[in-house]
Amino acid sequence: MARININGQTVEVDADGATPLLWVLREYLDLTGTKFGCGVGECGACTVHVNGEAVRSCVVPLESVSESDAVVSIEGLSQDGTHPIQKAWLELDVPQCGYCQPGMIMAASALLAKNPTPTDKEIDEQVTNICRCGTYNRVRAGIHRAAGEKA
Amino acid sequence: MTTTLNLTRRGFMVIGGAVGLTLGMRIPLDGRDSAHASPGYPEEINAWVVVKPDETVVIRIARSEMGQGTLTGLAQLVAEELDCDWSNVTTEYPTPATNLERGRIWKSFSTGGSRGIRESHQYVREGGAAAREMLIEAAASAWGVPKGECSAKKGVITHAASGQTTTYGKVAGAAAKLAVPEDVKLKDPKDWTIAGKPLKRLDTAEKLTGKQIYGADLKLPGMLNAAIKQCPVFGGKVKSFDADAVKSMPGVKKVVAVEDYAVAVVADKWWQAKTALDALPIEWDEGENADVSSASIAEFLNEGLSAKEAFIGNKVGDADAAIAKAAKKIEAVYSYPYQNHATMEPMNATAKWTEDRCEVWCPTQNGEAALAACAEAAGLPPQQCEVYKLHLGGGFGRRGAFHDYVRQAVLIAQNFPGTPVKLLWTREEDMTQGRYHPVTHCKLTAGLDADGNMVAFRVRISGQSILAGAMPQRLKDGADPITFQCYAPKGDHSISYSFPDLLVDHAMRNPHVPPGFWRGVNANHNTIYTECFLDEVAHATGKDPLEFRLALMENYPKNQAVLKAVAERAGWGKPAAEGVHRGLAQCTAFGSHIAACAEVSVTGGKLKIHRIVAATDSGYAVNPQQIEAQVEGSFVYGLSAMLYGACTVKQGRIEQTNFDSYVVMRMAEMPKVETIVMPSGGFWGGVGEPTIAVAAPAVLNALFAATGKRIRSLPLSKHDLSS
Repeated sequence: MARININGQTVEVDADGATPLLWVLREYLDLTGTKFGCGVGECGACTVHVNGEAVRSCVVPLESVSESDAVVSIEGLSQDGTHPIQKAWLELDVPQCGYCQPGMIMAASALLAKNPTPTDKEIDEQVTNICRCGTYNRVRAGIHRAAGEKA
Repeated sequence: MTTTLNLTRRGFMVIGGAVGLTLGMRIPLDGRDSAHASPGYPEEINAWVVVKPDETVVIRIARSEMGQGTLTGLAQLVAEELDCDWSNVTTEYPTPATNLERGRIWKSFSTGGSRGIRESHQYVREGGAAAREMLIEAAASAWGVPKGECSAKKGVITHAASGQTTTYGKVAGAAAKLAVPEDVKLKDPKDWTIAGKPLKRLDTAEKLTGKQIYGADLKLPGMLNAAIKQCPVFGGKVKSFDADAVKSMPGVKKVVAVEDYAVAVVADKWWQAKTALDALPIEWDEGENADVSSASIAEFLNEGLSAKEAFIGNKVGDADAAIAKAAKKIEAVYSYPYQNHATMEPMNATAKWTEDRCEVWCPTQNGEAALAACAEAAGLPPQQCEVYKLHLGGGFGRRGAFHDYVRQAVLIAQNFPGTPVKLLWTREEDMTQGRYHPVTHCKLTAGLDADGNMVAFRVRISGQSILAGAMPQRLKDGADPITFQCYAPKGDHSISYSFPDLLVDHAMRNPHVPPGFWRGVNANHNTIYTECFLDEVAHATGKDPLEFRLALMENYPKNQAVLKAVAERAGWGKPAAEGVHRGLAQCTAFGSHIAACAEVSVTGGKLKIHRIVAATDSGYAVNPQQIEAQVEGSFVYGLSAMLYGACTVKQGRIEQTNFDSYVVMRMAEMPKVETIVMPSGGFWGGVGEPTIAVAAPAVLNALFAATGKRIRSLPLSKHDLSS
């Protein structure tokens, strides 16, 4: 029985240690906001925060996460969708199909936490998630808007 | 009533709400077959509109939302005619079986070809207008005044003479009992206050918090999970598999053959099913296609470029004769590769089967087609089946004509009567079991007169027919009419140039790789062929590419208008920034007129796309800011395809298995996009797809301007721009 800290709560999970964190969240904790896109860490749909770092949870085995690691999923980013990134996303109507957006939001919020006013180049380097609908320009505008609010 | 008891248990699935709890939450409906909803469906004003006592307005949306914004746009059209308060509007999907039971009262559920709005605007607006009339009539009747003396605005009904007012919510119950009026008058679009406005989408909030449930996220009580492997060579079969090798692995319930071409593992958790499937020894009978390669396909298509037999798509005069006697001839051969839709959400469906009923929960672009697939797989009449649609994590054409994943889910669920089973494909299955953008080669020939005017145009397309592979019943005497998108004599995909002599024909060559409708469909490659080739001719004759095009477009003033608009906004004819070069493209596709101007530079062999200016004339613009979003997104889709998009074939199978080998554009490569929405009125064009067609050629023409290199085969990543 593994113990992990997810969204501020410590929970026990009866899953094989090789199970990727993504599938622990989705299948054992019913936190399906974190999406399955590729399974190989390429697309970023499964991005969560581990100790504040944006991490692609599909390639993180459960056994590599300890109880002292703070894992935050999209469900734990804010109480009610009021993180500055979420607010900016709402104001700019960023999502289209929306499937990649939890991962995109987690990547963007991790960036802003470390770098409150990122340049376009820094955004390019840090937010490399795939969106097939093509929301990139609104994602970029949303990050700048949220950065402005924080500053 | 001839239906069984089961059939009266129809309902609507309400999308949204708390995670995992809302699915299957249904408003029970009586199975009465009246097209006039009211008596049998007491909760609704008519099929399109429900008004609740708390003033909530529920607008029924038959088409699917997959990111393109149709849900919001259709709601705007209904709300406009209903004259309700937009802030009270919510939406729901009627179910396909309810549609069947009610005589297709919502008509088509198909969501493809950029037709969601342009095909249904008339009857959804009539639905809104009829509901408005009924609500006013109910109020007038209660007041004992003529309904003609009453008016409605933002959900409030007023009888001016007596000063009485009431609200939609208060009279909804009475209105629901009235007959639905047959003839209603629709508003002039110039009077719109909800439609035509850049309103926010209705479906955003839950997409920001993880609450939006997609098919892949569905969890039903007692549900099992399935992973599947299909023969990697299309047309191949399973020779054998060793279920004993994995049956004791954690969570595994059963290893099942799915028809003769696939094997699935069913387990408590999907990760367990996938892990066991990876460990399962499977032998394939790869069949007759096991030696096919990209090279053999190219050879097959190349032969078609000079074949005698071909289907004619557009013919004016005698192009071959005109070219034979032309002062000068210019010829080029282009080609376009296979591409995967690569929706972010892999294919999936959840099915619950019993001997007398089968239910499916799935992302689908066509609920009715999903229902048909469910019924066929279940061996039940569609009346004993139901499909609950979920928002799609991308569609792009993969989930409209093809419901292979629904069929598989039902066949797997038949092993567990009464237990829901969710089938989820891995990305590797999704990449290698697609319905691919068709491959074509194209030879284009221009005949020029002594003054360098292009007087004849000959286009020979050789390659794959989507209809032949996907819906052969729609072929016309063997020919595939949609092959000629953007070359057609008239209509939604009309050619937008005039030539005294023109011939466009298609030598159909169908490799074994299954083709599909891929966002933009045949407009994508056909527009690359035309727009890049005409650019070649313009340069070869020393003409300005804008002026050269405009001179051939005199019969297409709306196309001229969008092309001029982008040229002007981009500064065509004026110097660009140091090292920056421009390229143009235009077309008519999906009923809209589209143009783009790209600005690029090439440094050290590396292309940078700086800026795109795009114009869209869709006739009417139901939500201008959503059109902008679709135009921006179309450049991502179209430029991803141009830069990297290629599925290559080796030993009969697709070589690219995930996003590491099937590369798509990311944010760092995304240019600025300036969108000009210029609706000229009088027609309804689509917006989800047409812009994709101009994305690649505008950039490729700019690339030529920058480097002198003419790219005639894609993707660009296989070309060296450094020398």
